[in-house]
Amino acid sequence: MAETGAEPMIQAEDVVKSFTVRGRAGGRRRARTSLRAVDGVSFTVAPGEFVGYLGPNGAGKSTTIKMLTGILTASSGTLRVCGLDPSRRRTALARRIGVVFGQRTTLWWDLPLRDSLALVRRLYRVDAAAHRARLAELTALLELEPFLHTPVRQLSLGQRMRGDLAAALLHDPELLVLDEPTIGLDVVSKTTVRDFLERTNAERGTTILLTTHDLGDIERLCRRVLIIDRGRLAYDGGLDELRRTVDADRTLVVELAEPAPPIVLGEIAAERVEGARQWLRVPRGENAAALVAALAQRHEVRDISLREAGIEDVLAGLYRGDHAYWCSGRPVAP
Amino acid sequence: MRTYGLLAWTWLRAAARFPVSMALLALATAVVSGLDAAAVLVLFSRAPRIAGFTAPEVLFLYGTSAFSFTISDLLLGTTEQLGERVRLGTLDAVLVRPVSPLIQIATENFSPRRFGKLVPAVAVLALVLPRLDVPWTPGRAAMVPLMIASGTALFAGLWVLTAAVQFVLVDSHGATKSLTYGGAFLTQYPMTMFGREFVRGVTFVVPLAFVNWQPALYVLDRPDPLGLPAAARFASPAVAAVLCGAAALAWRTGIRHYRSTGS
Repeated sequence: MAETGAEPMIQAEDVVKSFTVRGRAGGRRRARTSLRAVDGVSFTVAPGEFVGYLGPNGAGKSTTIKMLTGILTASSGTLRVCGLDPSRRRTALARRIGVVFGQRTTLWWDLPLRDSLALVRRLYRVDAAAHRARLAELTALLELEPFLHTPVRQLSLGQRMRGDLAAALLHDPELLVLDEPTIGLDVVSKTTVRDFLERTNAERGTTILLTTHDLGDIERLCRRVLIIDRGRLAYDGGLDELRRTVDADRTLVVELAEPAPPIVLGEIAAERVEGARQWLRVPRGENAAALVAALAQRHEVRDISLREAGIEDVLAGLYRGDHAYWCSGRPVAP
Repeated sequence: MRTYGLLAWTWLRAAARFPVSMALLALATAVVSGLDAAAVLVLFSRAPRIAGFTAPEVLFLYGTSAFSFTISDLLLGTTEQLGERVRLGTLDAVLVRPVSPLIQIATENFSPRRFGKLVPAVAVLALVLPRLDVPWTPGRAAMVPLMIASGTALFAGLWVLTAAVQFVLVDSHGATKSLTYGGAFLTQYPMTMFGREFVRGVTFVVPLAFVNWQPALYVLDRPDPLGLPAAARFASPAVAAVLCGAAALAWRTGIRHYRSTGS
């Protein structure tokens, strides 16, 4: 997808955002500490990519998004979005990108959705004919028809999110930035939103950058993921590659005939015991078959299953810092 | 400008869907803001002069001040809620649209109710101007619209300046209110009512004296109690320009230092 020579959609080089936090240090003194929310992040996103931007709460995801959209000014480093410096050319950039915040709407609270969208057309100076066609298309894809005349404040969360997506895409932006777009949505709304995003990326070639905590979003949509942890980029690469490279331990779940003390097999010991059921962590490179054979020899086993680590375990391990800068496949220089 | 009109019109239309409540609100606003003028009249029922000024003269000050303030309030009054937006994080949504955030915030909930305040100001001016005991030279006649225009610009600068402060001091709304609403109230009365030090403050620090006091001294042909040179009577447009420039600078700095909220 990333054509060499084409201008990147997003280019971040050693971007830092630090906040001064004032706290009371006891007595009348005030302590000032500098907090680096984003601490030297570099990455490039090519046109047409669909990138997931992940990380635990407080890792610096939203701060990055706000710098990319020009809401916040970076403390240092260089940032180019659509070839523009976001904080200096915020208004010019706003015409070329779409932004959706899952936590709060960018629509006008008291206006009916239809009026909000009409206002968006005027603000973004979209030609009336193009607007009509695009609105009809978005209305069909996002199923907006039933609530077009309802004031935004009366919409359900799922409806509001679809309205927000429509508003962000009416001017046909080159880049769509989404901050937790599926947060709080039910399964049906999530599917609608995901299908829509997938189509937008595939058919219109819109570059999409998405932050989320929803692993379904990532597995379904993102070909590439960036993981940020404590302000630093911890991983940049493909999703499959991530699964492979992360030290994905497998878990052997054994059900014995009757409760027993924790099993010990050489280096491996049961991590969890619940009645007759025990969980054993199988390190990478260990022969699981040999382990099962050894188990069956010493214990009366009723049932046995081997679990692969899911993306959830991979991320959980990563967030805990177990694998800090471990990525053997594509290490990101700390 | 066009964008301001467009946004204001959209909000007006939204408000117009409840015409009765809109009319009643406008009426209530007109009555409430007319009370200030009534207060001036009450004072004069007790004394023929206040601080050396007659009733028509004080009402002239009231009318020019109220007119200027109301127009600035109409255009920019909602910017005082900026601190609230910063706290709630709703400013983010404003910043990702390709329109000046100042325009977006100023037009938010633009309601015809705001026009209600104009009624007493215009009525008082219309009644009082013919009753002023001054020789109406062309200079004096021209000064009246000029002072209203520069008074409006001064108040507009104050609105933006006090809003910009809220980027940094989110909870300063109460304090900054004393500048805007306080200034509006203050300029309804002759400055001779207040202490000299205070008058110096509102002349040189917060230039409220230039809203209507200094030009009014020229129109009413009065000496300046502070003894400022005659040029000060005509300085209002220049002072307004400087204040607006400072406000624009403060606003830009505020936006650049905006910190947003978590998540």
